[in-house]
Amino acid sequence: MNDMINQSRRSFIKSTALVAGGLVVAFTIPQAKRFMSVANAAEAMPLPAPNAFLRIGADDRITVMLAHSEMGQGVWTTLPMLIADELDADWNKITVEHAPAAPAYIHTAYGIQITGGSSTTWSEFDRYRQAGALTRALMLQAAAKQWQVPVSALRTENGAVIYGKQTLRYGQLVEIASKLETPTTVTLKTPEQWKFIGKATKRLDSAEKINGTAKFGQDVQFDGLKVAMVARAPVFGTKLKSVDDSAARKVPGVIKVVKVPTGVAVIAEHYWAAKQGREALKLTWDLAGHDKPDSAALLSRYQVLATQAGLQAAKAGDVTAASKQAKQTISAEYVLPYLSHAPMEPLNCAVRISDQGCEIWTGTQMQTTDQAAAAKILGLKPEQVVIHTQFLGGGFGRRANPRADFVSEAVEVAKAAGLPVKTVWSREDDIKGGFYRPMFVHRATVGLDKQGSPLAWQHTLVGQSIIKGTPFEGFLIKEGIDGTSVEGVADSPYVKGTPHHQVHLHTVQSDVPVLWWRSVGHSHSGFVMESLIDELAHASKQDPLAYRRQLLKAHPRHLAALNLAAEQAGWGKPLPAGVFRGIAVHESFGSYVAQVAEVSVKAGEVKVHRVVVAIDCGLAVNPDGVKAQMESSVSFALGAALSSEISFKAGEVVQSNFHDYQVLRMKDMPKVEVHIVPSREKMGGVGEPGVPPLAPAVTNAIFAATGKRIRRLPIGEQLV
Amino acid sequence: MKLTINGKETELNVSDDMPILWAIRDVAGMTGTKFGCGMAQCGACTVHLDGQAIRSCVTPVSAAVGKNITTIEAMQDDKVGQAVQAAWQQIDVVQCGYCQSGQIMSATSLLKQNPKPSDADIDAAMSGNICRCGTYQRIRAAIHEAATKLA
Repeated sequence: MNDMINQSRRSFIKSTALVAGGLVVAFTIPQAKRFMSVANAAEAMPLPAPNAFLRIGADDRITVMLAHSEMGQGVWTTLPMLIADELDADWNKITVEHAPAAPAYIHTAYGIQITGGSSTTWSEFDRYRQAGALTRALMLQAAAKQWQVPVSALRTENGAVIYGKQTLRYGQLVEIASKLETPTTVTLKTPEQWKFIGKATKRLDSAEKINGTAKFGQDVQFDGLKVAMVARAPVFGTKLKSVDDSAARKVPGVIKVVKVPTGVAVIAEHYWAAKQGREALKLTWDLAGHDKPDSAALLSRYQVLATQAGLQAAKAGDVTAASKQAKQTISAEYVLPYLSHAPMEPLNCAVRISDQGCEIWTGTQMQTTDQAAAAKILGLKPEQVVIHTQFLGGGFGRRANPRADFVSEAVEVAKAAGLPVKTVWSREDDIKGGFYRPMFVHRATVGLDKQGSPLAWQHTLVGQSIIKGTPFEGFLIKEGIDGTSVEGVADSPYVKGTPHHQVHLHTVQSDVPVLWWRSVGHSHSGFVMESLIDELAHASKQDPLAYRRQLLKAHPRHLAALNLAAEQAGWGKPLPAGVFRGIAVHESFGSYVAQVAEVSVKAGEVKVHRVVVAIDCGLAVNPDGVKAQMESSVSFALGAALSSEISFKAGEVVQSNFHDYQVLRMKDMPKVEVHIVPSREKMGGVGEPGVPPLAPAVTNAIFAATGKRIRRLPIGEQLV
Repeated sequence: MKLTINGKETELNVSDDMPILWAIRDVAGMTGTKFGCGMAQCGACTVHLDGQAIRSCVTPVSAAVGKNITTIEAMQDDKVGQAVQAAWQQIDVVQCGYCQSGQIMSATSLLKQNPKPSDADIDAAMSGNICRCGTYQRIRAAIHEAATKLA
């Protein structure tokens, strides 16, 4: 932890400059670990604005620039904690801003500016601490110069440099500091010296989010900004045949009706007029010859594919031969639906195009691809596209689209309208508008040896690829296998630990747009794997916890989470009458999460009373933030497990709003207890890893309660 | 049309059937009240109409004539609203925050009618307000906390 970071290894490129009376600290780190790259983003996009992670004003105010987007996960607080510790900052003087879209803010591991993969805290752990440490070193040198004493005689505390009884606040030092030479090495603090890291810290964005002043994309308003709604194809992939907009143009408040590649946009003074104008459009779509998805037909097709050989994603030994040695064989098919992210804030994006370039105000998780897409549409250089990232009213993956769908469309609308326009989506647009978690069917046949351990494991997955057709295809699809389709299965410790195993994938082509949904492939594979393991435990008449412990004996981090959850839940101890337990453990995004759910089933209705969560995410920078993300994951995953489903009939999405796309509500929220494994292992994420184990913990408890194995989500009416 | 928003009479150029939500957001320019579903399913748009919690996305402005519309922007001047907001901060409820204006308006209305709600009362009063970040457990705790502080 006490890293000495030297110039040759990390290559600080530091520039300091006085900006608005303050010190700007900036540096970049070579993209050594880059695995995603959009046309060498760093080289292609020169810096449009001051390259900075923090600014100190003459008024002592410390502004932390966030390279990532705040969408509820708490990075607005976590990243400043990293800087505050190294800088010895006064926490009360910190303000936070979203950084612009610029190469300086490119993800240290992913090579583009992105908030995703539950990666912000671990990927910024060094960079933000270094920014703080570098700035503190400059403050010390500045004070040493001012007082004409050696740096070794000085210390820093709470936003000031101290020499004996004298104090210089950081704000008083910025002018001298800005003229100093760059330090070539930085010594980071040891964990014992941390005041913020590892301590439960209250959110910095709380006040503005409870008094109505926080600005989301939806709240962007300025003189001349109009509101647009787009009428899109009712069946994905179909094109507009004709439009009669005469009635729409007569709606009071409607300004213009324009065609855009995705449909017809009604531009109006406000939402209400845009909505009424859109309803007045008479549109016909060319549906002939188009794929019209139908859920029942899709399921049949997927089920057939699941019995056939696909592309090989993992293999060891000889499954066919070993299967013949099995003492017992379990075969099961699991079905998971398309899911909508349904963030509380429907999608929106405000665009102003001028002679100089284009400005975009939106809540996005992927600034680089949005910027590139807007530039391409307008014939601009990426640096001419300025992105003002707003608070995201939820993301869950929907606002990280490699195809930049909602931003591209909004740019097209503003371009066609010749006006600054905020394109807004209704909830119906959101539910029907695609980019779903793909539907998946898994089929597994597992042969057990005489101890009941898996001897041969054949596993076939069927579903659409999230990555195919995106700029990431070249990096994330290997030999035809989209890693996000098979993650959690192909790399499962259960599968890998089975001497003879084979994982196959069928990637289905479809016009239904799909995207990563909180926990991506693990959102289906975690359910399937932890359900299957429960099936195997019961088939071999073993306790589900003991069975997992045996199979995971070489996986200490799985075990630590599993044991902590079981212990805190009182596994094996009596429960109130009618209440049953289920357990699950799953690793994703570098973190290990186990959950024990306490469930009762009455008249076919499932009630989840309590969920005990244990997580090993390595160092928990903000333990209360970790807890909040676990609570959030339980809620998000439980709503999906109980009742969420996107289905298709005659090509159209059946659901339209929260009455038929049901998500968790207060009355169904269980008591959630979160326990963090004390760990100094490699850091993982916390936004997503709490999602995968929830559904199987619940359905395993349902099995304990009723003897019925739930192999299809949502649970819905299956128990009635 | 004359509307009273947070005790202030405001003349807005809107049609009778425009939902209160869009009149206060897009015409009056007060964006604290949020749009979530447009059909009274999620509660993000909750405001008080003469003290009663309503879904402003389906209530036309014509229904507000002669009445007072109270929004999140006025909660800091309301004794119960203050207690709710303080409890929200103490428990650190928010995540993305988008639904929280509506949650706070519903919670404040609940506590005005029922100063000491049980968990079941909270479930009944708050189940019309969706939070996709799943802050429900903390909302429940914060409502109890505000009730205790107000007692």
